[in-house]
Amino acid sequence: MKLAYWMYAGPAHIGTLRVASSFKNVHAIMHAPLGDDYFNVMRSMLERERDFTPVTASIVDRHVLARGSQEKVVENITRKDKEEKPDLILLTPTCTSSILQEDLENFVNRASTTTDSDVILADVNHYRVNELQAADRTLEQIIRYYLTKAKKQDKVVLKKTEKPSANIIGTFTLGFHHQHDCRELKRLLKELGIITNQVIPEGGSVKELYALPSAWFNLVPYREVGLMAAQYLKKEFGMPYVAITPIGIIETALCIKEIQTILNSEPFCLKVNYSSYINEQTSFVSQAAWFSRSIDCQNLTGKKALVFGDATHAASITKILTKEMGIHVVCAGTYCKHDQAWFIEQVQPYCDKILITDDHEEVGDIIAKIEPSAIFGTQMERHIGKRLNIPCGVISAPVHIQNFSLGYRPFLGYEGTNQIADLVYNSFTLGMEDHLLEIFGGHDTKKAVIKSTSMESDLFWTTDAQLELNKIPGFVRGKIKRNTEQFAKEKNISEITVEVMYTAKETLSG
Amino acid sequence: MLDQTYSDTLQFECETGNYHTFCPISCVAWLYQKIEDSFFLVVGTKTCGYFLQNALGVMIFAEPRYAMAELEEGDISAQLNDYQELKRLCLQIKKDRNPSVIVWIGTCTTEIIKMDLEGIAPRLEVELGIPIVVARANGLDYAFTQGEDTVLAAMVHRCPEQKEIDKAPLGHQTLSPLPKSIVPKSQERVSAAPMNPLSAPSLHPPLVLFGSLPSTVASQLNLELQKQGIQVTGWLPSQAYADLPVLGKEVYVCGVNPFLSRTATTLMRRRRCKLIGAPFPIGPDGTRVWIEKICSVLGIEPIGLKEREEKVWSSLEDYLKLLRGKSVFFMGDNLLEVSLARFLTRCGMIVYEIGIPYMDRRFQAAELALLQQTCDDMGVPMPRIVEKPDNYNQIQRIRELQPDLAITGMAHANPLEARGINTKWSVEFTFAQIHGFTNARDILELVTRPLRRNENLQQFSLIPFIKG
Repeated sequence: MKLAYWMYAGPAHIGTLRVASSFKNVHAIMHAPLGDDYFNVMRSMLERERDFTPVTASIVDRHVLARGSQEKVVENITRKDKEEKPDLILLTPTCTSSILQEDLENFVNRASTTTDSDVILADVNHYRVNELQAADRTLEQIIRYYLTKAKKQDKVVLKKTEKPSANIIGTFTLGFHHQHDCRELKRLLKELGIITNQVIPEGGSVKELYALPSAWFNLVPYREVGLMAAQYLKKEFGMPYVAITPIGIIETALCIKEIQTILNSEPFCLKVNYSSYINEQTSFVSQAAWFSRSIDCQNLTGKKALVFGDATHAASITKILTKEMGIHVVCAGTYCKHDQAWFIEQVQPYCDKILITDDHEEVGDIIAKIEPSAIFGTQMERHIGKRLNIPCGVISAPVHIQNFSLGYRPFLGYEGTNQIADLVYNSFTLGMEDHLLEIFGGHDTKKAVIKSTSMESDLFWTTDAQLELNKIPGFVRGKIKRNTEQFAKEKNISEITVEVMYTAKETLSG
Repeated sequence: MLDQTYSDTLQFECETGNYHTFCPISCVAWLYQKIEDSFFLVVGTKTCGYFLQNALGVMIFAEPRYAMAELEEGDISAQLNDYQELKRLCLQIKKDRNPSVIVWIGTCTTEIIKMDLEGIAPRLEVELGIPIVVARANGLDYAFTQGEDTVLAAMVHRCPEQKEIDKAPLGHQTLSPLPKSIVPKSQERVSAAPMNPLSAPSLHPPLVLFGSLPSTVASQLNLELQKQGIQVTGWLPSQAYADLPVLGKEVYVCGVNPFLSRTATTLMRRRRCKLIGAPFPIGPDGTRVWIEKICSVLGIEPIGLKEREEKVWSSLEDYLKLLRGKSVFFMGDNLLEVSLARFLTRCGMIVYEIGIPYMDRRFQAAELALLQQTCDDMGVPMPRIVEKPDNYNQIQRIRELQPDLAITGMAHANPLEARGINTKWSVEFTFAQIHGFTNARDILELVTRPLRRNENLQQFSLIPFIKG
């Protein structure tokens, strides 16, 4: 047992559901007790999704506990097949159902004989993998299932597209800025003269997975999800993949060069040279390189920062801060414990200390000890920063609704470098302004004249009423006090009792 | 469209139970705030933790007095000893927070692996010297607000007994046998200083109200009753665990929320209290009848109640104008539905369907009777009451009926809005102040919000752009 208040990565089934609901026309059925379908709320709220989330629960209740699911799961699958006519139904076990040790595979087999949809059981162990690992596995599982099936029917498209093309693997629902990143990646590929063959899973269709191998290569933008699928496609179909996350000017250039290498080597043997493209983008489209030389950024030189997040974002941001902005990253960390070897290798040269933990209190302690000028982390670090009065830029999930911005905010590619430069600059209490304030001795210290908003003190608050007033949350207390006093004045009441307060509320509210 | 055939009794139906609601462990969110010296330990998995973390939003960052005892593979396969593990965690909690009570919330997982929380608690209680209350608020048996019901029902056993108080010598207290080995401290204090300023000697038998309400709302209800010459002896739960109310066979109890049927049963069966069956004080109509019912049981003639109710109604007129003749559909997820539907019917709305997770027809008898009467008075058809609803079917019905407002969970709110159906998020009714005369306006504030939003959008003719 572990005492826990907060977790960075969610339970396994969340990862499975995120992948399933990213595909078009795939329905997930959770084998779960009432209330475990909280995923639907998150998707509907955070993504402001207009469609019903294609996830339902086959409820595990007392009866199921006593008699087993028996026909229930099969019925729910066949019912959903008729109602929604999905291409695929993914039966998703939860932590509860995995202890029941029912033979879900058997239910899947039975159901699939009567459904038009394909039915598969998500193959994840709840006590061994987290949300991100589960997402990675589920994506691979679905791709493998459809390619194996297509192979048997001899339908796999092995013939490469005429022009160079790529699959983007790993952008999906509830991902941190994934939608914007995906748009930016497609633009990048287009400008390189590469066709986007398929984007998987977000917006993808399982019916078209048989044509995945027709792309020349795969692009895996995030470390956490998509690698397993890319590795499978490499092993099975010899498809090369690029797994360099194009975040920041340097990494974006490296990613493009890697693509160039693939296109220029066997079997494609093109003679593309992206150097001038990289130069032009770096000099004119991205402002980040220029920002690095501007005096604003100069003032950030040597300032201390701490970075914490998922492996992809924490590693990339650490590199940007150190290599592109001259900021001193005292500590870089990730909660992706399963991928720590990779993380350490990536950030080792660029920070003093590496932190691998999923305990937010440990992160908080280190922040308090280091006292950086800015934090780049998740929502949790933002709140730690608030408590310690240190600014924080959010760079990674877990996130709030404010991280699902309506405006265009990619982290990847050349527009992404601009966004990150803004984020970093704004987080460091405006470097230049701060510097000038220091020179001129800080803000004007004269106390602002605050008018007393309370009425004249011919009103008497009884002790009870004062106690009651103190129970009201601070941010509305003043307003309620004023309203009550105004009401009392109008009614010529000189003593404010609890009752007067309530009557005032009834009369004035609205 | 709506069936014009008039049904003069309430129709009850039961569907598949495939609906969306919050897990009952969410009750820790409001209960840890209400009981200020408590600590809630949810014994469950990452799934429970993830739900709480996301459902409670910013609350999680305020160092809340609750935590997960997260079960790991070793706990599930019984390689680890539950007793030792819980002891380790509770010692940690005692050291860090020193609460007056630790509440263990049992979850689906503890049910399935049959962890004997009720058996372990009394032993640990003695070793730690902190009372441990066990509540099984799991998704296998309960929905959302019923979580509070399980916690309060468990707390009933910890309320001091009437007789003990009388016998208790001043200042010190001998321990009574298990499971009440740790008796709330109030027994020492009761005789020294009255905890409740309202507990002056009264002429009627003691009255204890049950149901967790924000302290402001609780004092508003206290005050309303005081106006009728009724002193509320205590509340379950109290602001502090140490102040749990005294119970016994002379004590009258009355519920303030419709989801407290287990607590009511426990109060009657285990503590021999007398239950006052009344509608719930939600809306001015409900509040009036609630007070009247209490008065009549305690043999008191109510004064000025009708006028009070009338005054509240007239102050609501601006909102009522928006609501009259509009229709509403409750998808059902928090058990407040019948009371809210009854109030909205009185406001002039037409209720198509009352979805509800669980319907205790005995505990809600007075509320159901008032609903029926309200429908008669207003001349509207009786709504259908659908227990354990099926959200998929409900959405088909919503499509057909096109109600002016659907009261629903967040999972369906945005998709329904995108299909031109106005929605109000049902969970807000659980967290807003909705009880008593004073807060009637707050309910309508919530109900009318989507309608007022539409007026705004209409005014600036945005509607064609978003619906087009």
